[in-house]
Amino acid sequence: MDFRLTDDQRALRAGMRGLLAARYPRERLRSLADCPGGPPAPDRDLWQALGEAGFFALRLAEQDGGAGLGLPEAVLLFEEAGRALLPGPLVATQLAAGLVPGAAEGACPVTALDRPGTAEHLASAEAVLLLDGRAARVLRARPGGAPRALRARPARSVDPTTPLHLVRQLPRPPDGTAATVPADAPRLCREAALLTAAQQLGSAFRTVELAVSHARRRSQFGRPVGAFQAVQHLCAEMLVRAELARAAVYAASLAAEPEGTAEIAAAKLLADSAAVRNARDCLQVHGGLGFTWEADIHLHLKRAWLRASQWQSAADSEELLANTLLREASHLPEGPHASDATDVLDAENVTA
Amino acid sequence: MDLTLTKEEEDFRDRLRAWLHDTLPRLPPEPPAEDWPARRAHDCAWQRALHDAGYAGLHWPAHAGGQGATPTEYLIFIEETERAGAPYVGANFVGLLHAGPTIAAEGTAAQRARWLPPILRGDEIWCQGFSEPDAGSDLASLRTRAVRDGDSYVVTGSKIWTSHAEVADWCELLVRTDPAAPRHRGISWLALPMNAPGVTVRPLRTLAGTTEFAEVFLDEVRVPVTHRVGPENDGWRVTMVTLSYERGTAFAGEVVACRRTLARLARTARANGRWDDPVLRRRLGRLHAEFTALWRLVQWNTSEAAHAARTGGHGNPGPGASVFKLRYSQARQKLYEAAAEVLGPESLDTRHEWTAQRLSSLSYTIAAGTSQIQRNIIAERILGLPRGR
Repeated sequence: MDFRLTDDQRALRAGMRGLLAARYPRERLRSLADCPGGPPAPDRDLWQALGEAGFFALRLAEQDGGAGLGLPEAVLLFEEAGRALLPGPLVATQLAAGLVPGAAEGACPVTALDRPGTAEHLASAEAVLLLDGRAARVLRARPGGAPRALRARPARSVDPTTPLHLVRQLPRPPDGTAATVPADAPRLCREAALLTAAQQLGSAFRTVELAVSHARRRSQFGRPVGAFQAVQHLCAEMLVRAELARAAVYAASLAAEPEGTAEIAAAKLLADSAAVRNARDCLQVHGGLGFTWEADIHLHLKRAWLRASQWQSAADSEELLANTLLREASHLPEGPHASDATDVLDAENVTA
Repeated sequence: MDLTLTKEEEDFRDRLRAWLHDTLPRLPPEPPAEDWPARRAHDCAWQRALHDAGYAGLHWPAHAGGQGATPTEYLIFIEETERAGAPYVGANFVGLLHAGPTIAAEGTAAQRARWLPPILRGDEIWCQGFSEPDAGSDLASLRTRAVRDGDSYVVTGSKIWTSHAEVADWCELLVRTDPAAPRHRGISWLALPMNAPGVTVRPLRTLAGTTEFAEVFLDEVRVPVTHRVGPENDGWRVTMVTLSYERGTAFAGEVVACRRTLARLARTARANGRWDDPVLRRRLGRLHAEFTALWRLVQWNTSEAAHAARTGGHGNPGPGASVFKLRYSQARQKLYEAAAEVLGPESLDTRHEWTAQRLSSLSYTIAAGTSQIQRNIIAERILGLPRGR
């Protein structure tokens, strides 16, 4: 057992961080956020650069043009994407690699839906992965044609870098517009939840850095605000949330079924909380500056809200985990465990 | 990133499982919680069994009589003994996790030979005399005085929150040997024999109604100078070795136990109808995520410690232990709050195991460094924020 990253994994992560620093610097993020007319489509050049770097084909076998890597490596790359607030349907496009021509190369952005609700980047997607049943389906569309095919309404997206549409109903199979592809939809949904959690994790760690850096620089009452325990303790709790989420997300990327389902639910739940609550606390640490459009914090918070609503919501994950508990309990002996010998009464007997 | 066990680690686990399977059914039943002499005998018999099977001081270095196990093997030991329902370390806690490792790291050859084997065999019990009525979180302000008189120190003062004081043979004692020096510089570490004249133990009753710990009064107690571990006035540094042990894997077994309690809680809720409340169900689901992740965090910290040990570090848990301790203590309290919700009115009956645990869980955010102190450590030592006020 060695839970730490291997040297190869560290190099992969560093490579992704370098690529994003070069191709998606902060000024780029800010220009997207200030785009007149609302959130823009993904930058096709950047998308193609990601494709060439192997971001989408990462988990395809080498004979299929991929890197033959697994979920742990994918998690590290998505963590970096989340840290940089890289927009676009990254998760759906990686899932679609090998299922939709062009997805693996970064030539064809693909979005996805697992239920009616919000769809990101629907207008610019050339394919929509529908994962609402056992079988995965793909709806192909001309650029700009997907919203019409799904009878989707544009929303004024809370996240200024992610265009959203509202979809009331998914086409019911069999349906001429969407073709079944050879993939296990529940498995793809689990992977989508995990990779989304990884993005949340990256954002959660980034907001810790932003908060700590501000708390060291900003001075009030003659000392850095980071010297006040009230601020220190906010920052400490932020780090704890991020560290706990990291342990959960990385472990979930290693877990095999059937345990993997619960591990991924735990990872999504904790990473969502870490991203949302850390962005909130980061805003608080920044005081009035945190409430401005100019600070990046609101971009983290809004993206975190969006990601938390995607794939497994908190309610989905909590119900799933609760049911897993019942199954675990069925393997436990009826009586109190030997280590509970201080028990005076056994719980089940008391309530019976 | 690899959470699978190596062949050697699997062999270690399989041998341990087989031994536990043979040994545990032959152990006597656990004595009543309040019968301290019986508990001491029980805990020592378990330690003796571990010793005879080659599992005593698993994580101690070989030169101290330990097994020199890797941090990963030690974690496997904690997980397997907990899963099998083996006794807890109990009265041997301080000896095995604080005093012993301190003596192993800082003691002379003669001190190691005198004190370590009886700890490993379960022959001698240690307690901890660190905190004082006026020195809690601010431990360095401790005032118990030790004045040199020939070959002895004469020790006067009082200690508090001393677990197992009533049954201990030895106390690892922090005393002030130089009142003129800066706070952290004038402290020394002494091994105090609990039967020395002038030592008085007064049990403290906790809010749970139990006597978990005691006050220890020291009235001109003579302690031989040869009982000092480490240089005079260097006790603060000597002690820091032990404190990081406490925050490391000490609670790892409890995480395994909490996960099992959570499953039993779900079963009870299902049986008494409270399971139909989605708010309660979701709360239990979130706790499941919490304890799953806490176990993964233990594995993360263990891998870091194993790496440090391999590359010549001390193998002690690093500051990451504070992250774990802070979150675990909160999670444990939430677990027993949820248990009260599941039990309903039954939760007001203190005979119920979960009610007793709910009460005792209140100490977790205080003992072994309060949550506020843990946050200070994280802010200053991990995040590098300026020293706070």
